[in-house]
Amino acid sequence: MLRSFIVGLAAFALAGIFDSAAHAQTIKIAILGPMAFVQGENHWAGAEMARDEINKAGGVNVGGKPRQIELIRADTNEIQSVPDATNAVERVITRDRADFLIGGFRSEAVLAMQEVAMDHKKIFLGAGAAHSKLGQNVEDNYSRYKYWFRYTPTKDVDLARTLFAVMNSIAQQIRTELKTDTPKVALLAEKAVWTQALVGAAQKNLPAMKMEVVGLWQPSATATDVTAELSAIDRAGAHIVFTMLSGPVGIVVGRQMGERNMKAVAWGINVEGQKEEFWQAAAGKAQFVSTLDTYAEVEMTPRTVPFVRAFKERYKKMPTYTAATYDAIHMLKAVIEKENTLDAEKLVAAIEKIEHVGTGSIVTFDKRHDLVWAVGKTAGIAVQWQDGQKVPFWPPTVKGMKPFKLPAR
Amino acid sequence: MYALLAIGFSLIFGVARIVNIAHTAFYMLAAYCFYTLLVKTGLGFVLSGLIAVGAVTLFSVLCYRLVIEPVREHEAAVLIATIALALVFQELMLFTFGGHFLGIPSTLEGAVRVLGVSIPYQRLLILVVAGIMLAAVWFVLYRTRLGLAIRATANDLEVANLMGMNVHRVAMATVALSVSLAAVAGVVVAPVFVVDPFMWLAPLVTMLAIVVLGGLGSLKGSLIGALIIGYVEAITVFAVPAGAYLKGAVALIIMVAVLLARPEGLFGVAFEEER
Repeated sequence: MLRSFIVGLAAFALAGIFDSAAHAQTIKIAILGPMAFVQGENHWAGAEMARDEINKAGGVNVGGKPRQIELIRADTNEIQSVPDATNAVERVITRDRADFLIGGFRSEAVLAMQEVAMDHKKIFLGAGAAHSKLGQNVEDNYSRYKYWFRYTPTKDVDLARTLFAVMNSIAQQIRTELKTDTPKVALLAEKAVWTQALVGAAQKNLPAMKMEVVGLWQPSATATDVTAELSAIDRAGAHIVFTMLSGPVGIVVGRQMGERNMKAVAWGINVEGQKEEFWQAAAGKAQFVSTLDTYAEVEMTPRTVPFVRAFKERYKKMPTYTAATYDAIHMLKAVIEKENTLDAEKLVAAIEKIEHVGTGSIVTFDKRHDLVWAVGKTAGIAVQWQDGQKVPFWPPTVKGMKPFKLPAR
Repeated sequence: MYALLAIGFSLIFGVARIVNIAHTAFYMLAAYCFYTLLVKTGLGFVLSGLIAVGAVTLFSVLCYRLVIEPVREHEAAVLIATIALALVFQELMLFTFGGHFLGIPSTLEGAVRVLGVSIPYQRLLILVVAGIMLAAVWFVLYRTRLGLAIRATANDLEVANLMGMNVHRVAMATVALSVSLAAVAGVVVAPVFVVDPFMWLAPLVTMLAIVVLGGLGSLKGSLIGALIIGYVEAITVFAVPAGAYLKGAVALIIMVAVLLARPEGLFGVAFEEER
């Protein structure tokens, strides 16, 4: 009995030693995302591409020793359950011994995941959530939250700046083509926390930009029918439907606008409209729907087009913005090799100073560890669906942009 | 759509006293089945629709035999079993298709303008199919032996049993009939909405509001309740554009108000007299 106990104990100790040795050979990066959904799929796809490229090229050089990247796939199920998301983070840190965390999508869940990561002093590169509070935490309590960086997207306030910049350009085109001085704008925002600031900003800023706000309609993010809303918008004579939609209602809006042959054009945030599957999901009716986006075959940076082509070849579809896990891993590699360490304290200081040329943006961080907003660098692009293709049209200074089109009147 | 769902739900409650929470989950299954047959395998609209309705109806009978019938005598157990069934269906669809929002092409393209309002042909088709299905249900219930048996069982289960009717088989036939209505709703509505694993939840709430408003177990009440709730939802959007998201809540408020003021619903008394 005693002998069995001693043999068991020895085996356990040996397993621990081998596990530590194996652990020392790799850098473990947990990819956190809702893996049953498009956002999580893109988190994982971007990370896989970065891992394969880096490992094939010899890994990450830490103190003269190459280390391979090992990814941990963590399904946070955050769209359905915030507790599931925090459990996933806890698990990858304590059981899987992840060195770094990348991902997250739903702001409510990422705020909770941020707390767990900060408890364990793990560097967490956000790749999906836009809520300002995530960066505000860093400013309010730097010593606790300094391990958090938002790699993508820009925070919600900066998203609004991009939206108004594009809106101005569309309004100008309407003034010219439709001979109207004051384009009419209908606000169509799903009822959610993230749209509140945008709606307020639109109601305040659009009149100052010589546009008339004809009304605000707020369907549920999961509404399956917006016929009544679109009828009212049609009657109000809107030229632009300013969309603030992240849920499946974005597909319904695109489809039903097409079915009704509406003369107004949709511009804004339509998360479903960013996906490759949108045209099919809207049954080919979402002609001229436009949205803020991240990736297209345009030269946002020298790395954009090669990445997008490689992604399309491997996964047979376009990347969405959460595929920026690819850039986040490359940035980590750059700072680890520069600092020659995996020590979080030293890496945080290095990331704060970095200017990283990614595939969708050129990244620098402010004191909140949010992206520094700049058109042509981190503001993203605007795309419009034209005959089944997602056509990039803004910023016009970037090579490869095409004209924005209005529905025929 | 609401009428088809609510009448099916009311039917199975009226006959077999089964509160089938999984009713709208069958509607979701039919939409997925239709999507798979039409978009993935390329069968035509009619064939895909017929197979989807047939397959889901048969599946519902299987579910009835395996899950509901063993606990049918205990209403609370039936309620829990059907909730579990619906969640299993949801997770199965999530596992199989992922959380993607899927679109189905319209059966009929184009739109017609009526009094300045553009109405897509697909929506007119839904109206026509709903009308035909409701007429068919009426025919089955009032012009066939099966309908007679269903009505007799609804009137008094014990007496029907004593008269030699196989009440279990009647209940099973009623489940099939009611789920087939939900499946038809799934097939005709799928080209207008988006197919996803959670699409059964929103109609479930509205359907419950309708059957409470119309009177639980009353088919006429379900039809009129569906019309009222449909109009109330549309009026909510026109009257309070910034509160369009409240249209579901308004339906629930009506449900609560009806429960407080007239628990038997609009046609509950007539239904009781029928019994």
